[in-house]
Amino acid sequence: MKEFDYRRADGVSGALALHGAAPEARFLGGGTNLVDLMKTGIERPSLLVDIRELPLDGIEATGDGGLRIGATATNSDTAAHPEVRRRYPALAQALLAGASGQLRNMATVGGNLLQRTRCGYFSDATGPCNKRVPGSGCPAIEGEHHNHAILGASAHCVATHPSDMAVALAAFDAVVAYETADGPDEMPLADLYPPVGDTPHVETALPAGALITSVTLPPAPVAAASRYRKVRERASFAFAIGSVAAALEVRDGTVHDVRLAFGAVAPRPWRAQTAEKALAGGPATAEAFAAAADAELAAAEPLPDNEYKVPLMRDLAVSVLTELAEEAGA
Amino acid sequence: MTATAEGKSAVGTARVRLEGLDKVTGAAKYAGEVDFDGLAYGHLVLSTVARGRVRAVHADPVLALPGVVGVWHHGNAPRVNTDFSGMLGPVDPLLGLFQNDRVPHAGWPVALVVAETSEQAREAADALAVDYDPEPHDVVFGADRPEAYTPPGQEDRSKGDIEAGLAASAVVVDREYSTPEEYHNSMEPHAATARWEGGRLEVVDSNQGTPMVAGDLAQLFSLDPESVRVRAEHVGGAFGNKGTRPHLVAAVMAATALQRPVRVTLTRRQMFSLVGYRPPTAQRVRLGADPDGRLRALDHEACSQTSTTIEYTELSATPARTLYDADAHRTAHRLLRLDVPSPTFMRAPGEAPGSFALESALDELAEKCGVDPIELRLRNEPEVGPLSGLPFSSRNLRACLEEGARRFGWADRDPRPGVRREGRWLLGTGMAAATFPSGAVPSTASATAEADGSFTVGVNASDVGTGARTAMALVAADALDTDPDNVKIRIADSDLGPAMIAGGSMGTRSWAWAVAEAARELRERLVPGAEVPPEGITARTDTGAAIGALAQKERYSFAAQFAEVAVDPASGEVRVRRMLGAFAAGRIVNPLTARSQLLGGMVWGLSMALHEEAARDRASGAVVGGDLAGYHVAANADVPDMEAFWVDDPDPDDPVGIKGIGEIGIVGAAAAIGNAVWHATGVRHRHLPIRPDRVLAAGREAPGA
Repeated sequence: MKEFDYRRADGVSGALALHGAAPEARFLGGGTNLVDLMKTGIERPSLLVDIRELPLDGIEATGDGGLRIGATATNSDTAAHPEVRRRYPALAQALLAGASGQLRNMATVGGNLLQRTRCGYFSDATGPCNKRVPGSGCPAIEGEHHNHAILGASAHCVATHPSDMAVALAAFDAVVAYETADGPDEMPLADLYPPVGDTPHVETALPAGALITSVTLPPAPVAAASRYRKVRERASFAFAIGSVAAALEVRDGTVHDVRLAFGAVAPRPWRAQTAEKALAGGPATAEAFAAAADAELAAAEPLPDNEYKVPLMRDLAVSVLTELAEEAGA
Repeated sequence: MTATAEGKSAVGTARVRLEGLDKVTGAAKYAGEVDFDGLAYGHLVLSTVARGRVRAVHADPVLALPGVVGVWHHGNAPRVNTDFSGMLGPVDPLLGLFQNDRVPHAGWPVALVVAETSEQAREAADALAVDYDPEPHDVVFGADRPEAYTPPGQEDRSKGDIEAGLAASAVVVDREYSTPEEYHNSMEPHAATARWEGGRLEVVDSNQGTPMVAGDLAQLFSLDPESVRVRAEHVGGAFGNKGTRPHLVAAVMAATALQRPVRVTLTRRQMFSLVGYRPPTAQRVRLGADPDGRLRALDHEACSQTSTTIEYTELSATPARTLYDADAHRTAHRLLRLDVPSPTFMRAPGEAPGSFALESALDELAEKCGVDPIELRLRNEPEVGPLSGLPFSSRNLRACLEEGARRFGWADRDPRPGVRREGRWLLGTGMAAATFPSGAVPSTASATAEADGSFTVGVNASDVGTGARTAMALVAADALDTDPDNVKIRIADSDLGPAMIAGGSMGTRSWAWAVAEAARELRERLVPGAEVPPEGITARTDTGAAIGALAQKERYSFAAQFAEVAVDPASGEVRVRRMLGAFAAGRIVNPLTARSQLLGGMVWGLSMALHEEAARDRASGAVVGGDLAGYHVAANADVPDMEAFWVDDPDPDDPVGIKGIGEIGIVGAAAAIGNAVWHATGVRHRHLPIRPDRVLAAGREAPGA
């Protein structure tokens, strides 16, 4: 393990200054992913800037009826917050579907967005991986990939983004606020994860040294009827093999508003916009849901051992949307 | 059995672990925690190629790193003797650390870096550049490999004519099954601290038997056996992977060279190539039966993988030699040598994967015959050993099946598959029979009457988390006719003398036998009313003669496993809802810890059925995701309502009545779950683990089946 310095930041600007003054600095939130990767030599920071004490853990309603979640709010506190549960139940469900109780108590919202893939080749520092060592190759494509991406991957990387939380945030048009030495700024979550292409090691569009300060959810009445469904290989403490965040508002049998995002199928939380467009204004029936899911998954490029994810995601989407439609009609 | 003064036997009474408080409060020191002045830390460097030679180890830059005190590799390591046989057979060449430049598999130790702190050692080890001359490797296991051979000493056992028996059978099942590479993943990683003290090599280790390890170290380093002392006070799980392992050799090598204490611990990832695993198996079971399910022919052939350095055979076909008779009966093993790490014993070696194939096939036969799976087994209960013709010491499988069925609620079961739905879940139940050998190995023990009226018992047991120390206190209390609190137990120290390791479900029985004999001898020597001298009165025993005089019998534990599962055919998820294990496994010494041990086995069977699998990458030859995120074991949420109970089954030839319970808990559990998945969905899963993608794929191949 590489020797590193540890500093506790005093204020956001202090954190940015510390980070900016050291090469290879990393912000330390809950450390649930970063510290593991430091032990295995995949992350080798020279300095950890601890941001847990910064006053960034608030969760509050915005004036327009949305919600702002501080970057250092823990996954547990976020999942338990009454307004999260009332306005964006799929977000609370997604958080509770992730990791374990102990990890959720430590993990922060900002850190959750920036966690690294759990691809087994990425986590083995001794072998090739284009994320770790650009140009070294992607052994997953010819090797073990039964849980890898079917959408948005490339010939250079087929790893998935591991977050559950981010899938729900993607469905609800979250906006990520951050700060750099130049001041505060923000970007839609949809822009946070750049296309993989031939640069899988470039995992976010954040400027160098940026500190995520909060995540804002714009008002979305449809989100009050939302659901997160996660399929995994064991009942807890496992990353998804496929997940769906969905929200549905039906008026007179017609889809008035719909949100749909897929998890564990792409290098990013996958907003299913093609499916949403196909459903908008149409009938809220299982047939329509299936047709929309098929339209979304038409772009899928599965590998030999993850073809199962295509029908899995289709069935999951239909199942969750059907449940929401039935509950809306009840 | 001797009763205590109150007329109540200590054996059979629930007792919390003697060291339980120390463990939960952190006071118990494990091998990686004991402190010594001047301690240095070693970290092993493992090969990144799967076959070839080490061309160069660039030690100089690493020696210049902070804190580094030494680097050992094939170019500078002292000679180690690997030409001997230990308790478990010829020494594993893996223990001949850095003796040549050959790399026989990925993750083979090629160097040791020792530094002042563990962090420095690990950093320097990661930085050590090693050049290889790689050679093509072959790591692909499969049933269709023509190179598979019959391992010496494991020739086929058979009677009758299998092909004729199958031809004459009204009903035939002929199926192939497979199980993957599985890892012990003991919670405590391996750790050893070695130092020279007063001319003796003192080692604190985490292992399953200090006499075995001390003997191996004496041989490896050509030392007088008396000058080696190994202790393993607390062991955080073993399950077969804690014999003599390379970290020990590394620690002794460096402690000897540096003349200061050295500790070497393994990382979780290193445990995926250095301490053994259950090899993958490819099995074929052929059953021929009359329409009523009575077997005419039984053929079980199991192929498993081994390394190029040792010949370890997973004896998966053995359960059939005990469980079922047929006029034509053949059990056979094949082995495939690959460029992979050496496999080893892992909880219920042979029986665990073998029972999955055999008991799944029995369920398929029950389905074909239209006979209830329990009734099928009862119809095939042998009177004597199917191949040996010897009597059973006791065989209470029938009681397990019948009482288990009653408690599980089997009588109400609708045999039709795929007809019970609850929301998105399909429900089903399944069962399996199980067996595991019972045995005892000659061991020594001492019993001392102290001047203060208390007793001290020394027996070289190893408490791998099972509660062995507590079990010995109960056995000793009965044998000495005293209260368990009046007996001090000393274990896990090679100075105590030879004894069986904690393995093969034989530890408790072997140690208890020695303790009971020592206590009996001591009582004979104690004169009622006479004063005990200050040094106490000690009796020592060796059970070699008594065990050697045991009559030849079929000596086994038996069990029946039951499971209820829910399967979501749309997502492929399988969840176990409840499990019940019925055991006939000899006299139970401590019901509290025995129940835990049996449940632990059942949980592992669940884990084996649904989760456990190490994927070996063809290109690198190494395991992908060799950690507890990549290798799934059942989590709490996977473990449902579980019950284990036992029927009265004392071994009549054992002084305490013990058979052993270390392994029987896992046997048959995976088959019971697989059979329940069939009952839920109508689809058979013959390849473990039953992953969601496999459920989905199978469901699509056989829609509505």
